[in-house]
Amino acid sequence: MQTHIRAFAIAGALVVSTALTPAAFAADTEVTLGAQLEPPNLDPTGGAAAAIDEVTYSNVFEGLTRFTSDGSVVPGLAESWEISDDGKVYTFKLREGVKFHDGSDFTAEDVKFSLDRINAEESTNAQKALYADIESVEVVDPSTVKVTLSKPNGSILFNLAWGDAVIVAPETAATNATNPVGTGAFKFDDWVEGDHIDLVKNPDYWGEPAKLEKVTFKFISDPNAAFAAVMAGDVDSFMPFPAPENLAQFEADPRFNVVVGSTEGETILSTNNKQPPFDNPKVREALAHAIDRSAIIDGAMFGYGTPIGTHFAPHNPAYVDLTSQSDFDPEMAKKLLAEAGFADGFTTTLKLPPPSYARRGGEIIAAQLRDVGIETEISNLEWAQWLEQVFKGKDFGLTIVSHTEPMDIGIYARPDYYFQYDSPEFQKIMEDLNNTTDPAKRTELLQAAQKKIADDYVNGYLFQLANTGVVNAKLKGIWPNRPTQANDMTSVYWED
Amino acid sequence: MLPFLARRIGSLALSLIAASIVIFLVIEVVPGDPASFMLGLNAAPDTVAALRESLGLDAPAFIRYWEWITGMFRGEFGTSYTYKVPVGNLIADRVWVSLPLTIYALTLSTLIAFPVGVLAAARRNSPTDVSIMGVTQLGIAVPNFWFAMLLQLVFAGILRWFSAGGFPGWDAGFWAGMKAMTLPAVALALPQASILARVMRSSLLDTLGEDFIRTARAKGLSRRQALWRHAIRNALIPVLTIIGLQFSFLLAGAIIIERIFYFPGMGSLIFQAITQRDLIVVKSAVMLLVFAVILVTFLVDVTYAIADPRLRRGRS
Repeated sequence: MQTHIRAFAIAGALVVSTALTPAAFAADTEVTLGAQLEPPNLDPTGGAAAAIDEVTYSNVFEGLTRFTSDGSVVPGLAESWEISDDGKVYTFKLREGVKFHDGSDFTAEDVKFSLDRINAEESTNAQKALYADIESVEVVDPSTVKVTLSKPNGSILFNLAWGDAVIVAPETAATNATNPVGTGAFKFDDWVEGDHIDLVKNPDYWGEPAKLEKVTFKFISDPNAAFAAVMAGDVDSFMPFPAPENLAQFEADPRFNVVVGSTEGETILSTNNKQPPFDNPKVREALAHAIDRSAIIDGAMFGYGTPIGTHFAPHNPAYVDLTSQSDFDPEMAKKLLAEAGFADGFTTTLKLPPPSYARRGGEIIAAQLRDVGIETEISNLEWAQWLEQVFKGKDFGLTIVSHTEPMDIGIYARPDYYFQYDSPEFQKIMEDLNNTTDPAKRTELLQAAQKKIADDYVNGYLFQLANTGVVNAKLKGIWPNRPTQANDMTSVYWED
Repeated sequence: MLPFLARRIGSLALSLIAASIVIFLVIEVVPGDPASFMLGLNAAPDTVAALRESLGLDAPAFIRYWEWITGMFRGEFGTSYTYKVPVGNLIADRVWVSLPLTIYALTLSTLIAFPVGVLAAARRNSPTDVSIMGVTQLGIAVPNFWFAMLLQLVFAGILRWFSAGGFPGWDAGFWAGMKAMTLPAVALALPQASILARVMRSSLLDTLGEDFIRTARAKGLSRRQALWRHAIRNALIPVLTIIGLQFSFLLAGAIIIERIFYFPGMGSLIFQAITQRDLIVVKSAVMLLVFAVILVTFLVDVTYAIADPRLRRGRS
């Protein structure tokens, strides 16, 4: 019997010992990034999933224009452009000597194909509306493209910088979902579904070549697992890191840097403007005064986040600080509710999508609203349910969501948008904005728009989501900010 | 034997048809539209309609059911809405990860449980037996996800012998794959080993009390000889039943462990597909698991019938 047990013990030891070879250390030209969400596919022109852009934006695919880390728009595949006096014709001069990853040349024909494809009848581009003003795209010569708009649109260069307007080649457009072919500094290499995606350096890149030979995106959805992966050195960077409560621990560890930057995510208590009693502006104003933003930022986000008083990013030069207009003042909130005829309060629904800002923030807001007499029935929804019930069905009183698209104040001009704000006055401001190209005048209009929605207390404006994450102390060049959903790896490098 | 087999195969087929209808209906009533999920907050309604059409979501339900079933017989599972690759490939990739993990975990659990169970039975009521019973009780009581996190913290976070999770793919080599599977396999194996060890012990004790063991002892075999030559073989039947059940359970039920070790197995495929409303993947993946479980049950039934002719006659 003893011998049998020994045999089993030896077999067991063999199984374990073969597993104990030391972990391989990555060469200093390779980086592994942790990300919470795996992209469903790799075609940024065919879906809204942020994870698609997080892998491909600027790494694999490029557009005519592009965002930089601070959110400004600079030339991308277009070297320069001219705008006609009436603001309707944009003539783009394209960069020469650009090649797609499959070796074919990038020409004006590819630009025409890509832009026409967005506006085609059967297009499944998630941001089609941003490009609806493009009337025609004309190839002047192989390196010149003329884009004609149906009406002036001052945001078009900005919109062209989105991942949804990257330039793809006609031959590979259909297969980009699984084998993306772009013009970027990295080429797609391998995808082990459910685990990781590898990009490798594009040796024939037209611009400054990448400093890294290989970038791996590793997908880790569970916050505890993300923590373990960073601690074990499996990933070199995790931006944004899903559990803000762990950041202090990373901060104390010399191996890591904690990075806090800005995002385009306005986190708001979205209010159904057509559902009684929220159709009454007094009730919405009361709601705004019932909310203590700093308690939400401290309690739900561990202090990371900037209070906002309107739907606009605080780091944008055109931002106006309107937070004082909706100061925390429960007495005032009660008074306004009484004036609106709800002295005894009322009951409404609060539907929360999965992110922690919503789930944690929702509990805090429910408590704050209870203090002024508003009872909320909380329901936790998955994203798909949220889209169905709240976004499409408009069956909600309140919800919390972070609007992460850049410069998206224009959604307030869409009366059928889920929070159902219908103000001809605001729609007029947006129309004027589109007709204006003069920067000073545009700033003025943007500020008027911010004030208008703050005056109308359309939604409860909570905070700008911070971009918080952890990066290996020796890894340089990771974008601290998120002007769009991107992990631009083109200038990332290891410090000796 | 033949009528028995025919009966069993008939009920196997009926179970599969019933399961396919239930799966299809559940998926039909799940709230959430795959097309609006994929296109996000800014999409115009006509874009969503265009995508719905290209995904083939607008056909009547019975047509889609029929196409799904006949497709499976042809080995075609359709194309994933979100990944845009054939569902068959997607599932096959995960099976090649989940199946080896299940076998690894089951091997570990058997290698631990077998000697421990035999030892406990052989030294019944000794301090060894009592402490083994205590430890296995603990092994069952401790949730395996907690144990998994502990393993991760110690072996990946502190000792850094292993990666905290993930799976490099079999392309990275057999040993790299085995190494990535080790922590999840240990986490899965321990509770199973505890259950198995207790079953082994009690089954062996039952057998040791049987008349034929007394006869063997009376014929002059030592206690140990009787145990090895006669008792263990007869005690194995309930143990094999449990191993069969554990196999089905581990194949589909490893999802929590998979999430902790961000391990790309069947469980996480189904979980992710549900959240993304990639329903075409969900229904085929669930169907495959149902098929696997029903098949294992069928094989176990057939094995019993081979072992015990009385079972072949059926209940009539």
